[in-house]
Amino acid sequence: MKIVIPTEIKTLDANVCPSFGRAPYFLIYDTQTKESVYLDNTAAASAGGAGIKAAQIVLDSKAEVLLAPRLGENAAQVLIEAEIKILKTKDGTIKENIDAFLSDELAPLQEIHAGFHRHGER
Amino acid sequence: MQVSTGMEKGKMKIAVLSGKGGTGKTFIAVNLAAAAKASTYVDCDVEEPNGHLFLKPEHVREQEISVKIPVVDHEKCNGCRKCVDFCNFNALAYINNKLRIFDDVCHSCGGCLLVCPEDAFTEKDKVVGKVQRGISDNVIVWTGILNTGEATGIPIISELLNASSQEPSELTFIDSPPGSSCIVMESIKEADYCILVAEPTIFGVHNLNMVYELVTLFDKPFGVILNKCLGEDNPAEAYCMEKNLPILGRISFDSELGTLNANAEVAFRNDERYRELFSSLLETVTKEVPH
Repeated sequence: MKIVIPTEIKTLDANVCPSFGRAPYFLIYDTQTKESVYLDNTAAASAGGAGIKAAQIVLDSKAEVLLAPRLGENAAQVLIEAEIKILKTKDGTIKENIDAFLSDELAPLQEIHAGFHRHGER
Repeated sequence: MQVSTGMEKGKMKIAVLSGKGGTGKTFIAVNLAAAAKASTYVDCDVEEPNGHLFLKPEHVREQEISVKIPVVDHEKCNGCRKCVDFCNFNALAYINNKLRIFDDVCHSCGGCLLVCPEDAFTEKDKVVGKVQRGISDNVIVWTGILNTGEATGIPIISELLNASSQEPSELTFIDSPPGSSCIVMESIKEADYCILVAEPTIFGVHNLNMVYELVTLFDKPFGVILNKCLGEDNPAEAYCMEKNLPILGRISFDSELGTLNANAEVAFRNDERYRELFSSLLETVTKEVPH
């Protein structure tokens, strides 16, 4: 199974990137082969709608699970419609979070923020 | 983009702008409009219009403003994703073999319709705000109101300027949004003259420079009003001297004026000193415009 984690640096020893849409890279980690692939997040430089584009990159990667500390509303909508499981990371490195995921310690991400451009606040 | 080069039939459109909020754009635009015999005031600060709080227009009528938002025919869509790749605002996603449109993120550019090889898009109207017209004694008041969370105020400003240009007034004062972004450009596009309002601080100089660069880029004649002057060194005035920018007038910092403004009163209509100040400022401005 492939899982996705937003990251600022291409190493498993980095902390999970606090931003999803603006994360520089996405780690695609294959839990069977233990292989790491880092995708450039081309959405990071967008003027707007970064969350939507980043979510598109995640679902195009064929990953089934996203591990992230937080998520914007639009990104969440794309991922939920694509039936990608969203789990909340704990403080710590990517490696620690992968281990936590493998031992079933991560809970579903509950809080979805309204984004940073006030969309959907009405 | 069309840039107006001359004045139509003796009409003058004067835009009031500044690099940040709170410098006194509305104060100056409202009071110059009040000082004219008959004028039109257009509040283009559509994210937070406040000129109407001072002018208190009566007989207000309003009209909703809509933009076009794409609607996809899923039968026709073949999933080529050309629209998803094209959209610079990332308003489209392709999820489980189905196109998804985020209306709130869409800027109504119409690009997706153009790039779709299957002709799968139609458009629907989406209300993004409204424009209001009312009367405040000698001033016709146009106000634009953008609904919270909408992507851009451009369609509202565009309709405001279009509708207000039909008014008979010889003088129109356009109260621009703060800054120098695309909505400010839209608001000064048709202006014959620009008034730049500046605060007497280093920060004020930075903001003045932003709008100075903008009006220079648009090749608009302009002058500066130094607001909130404290009677000591004024960095904005020094900047005008250095760059040789015309200064139209100076308005002193005055706590009584603060009270008038806080009570939402038009200073020109309620205080003799400001009656004189804005009468003379109006004369200066209207003399400057044709040159």
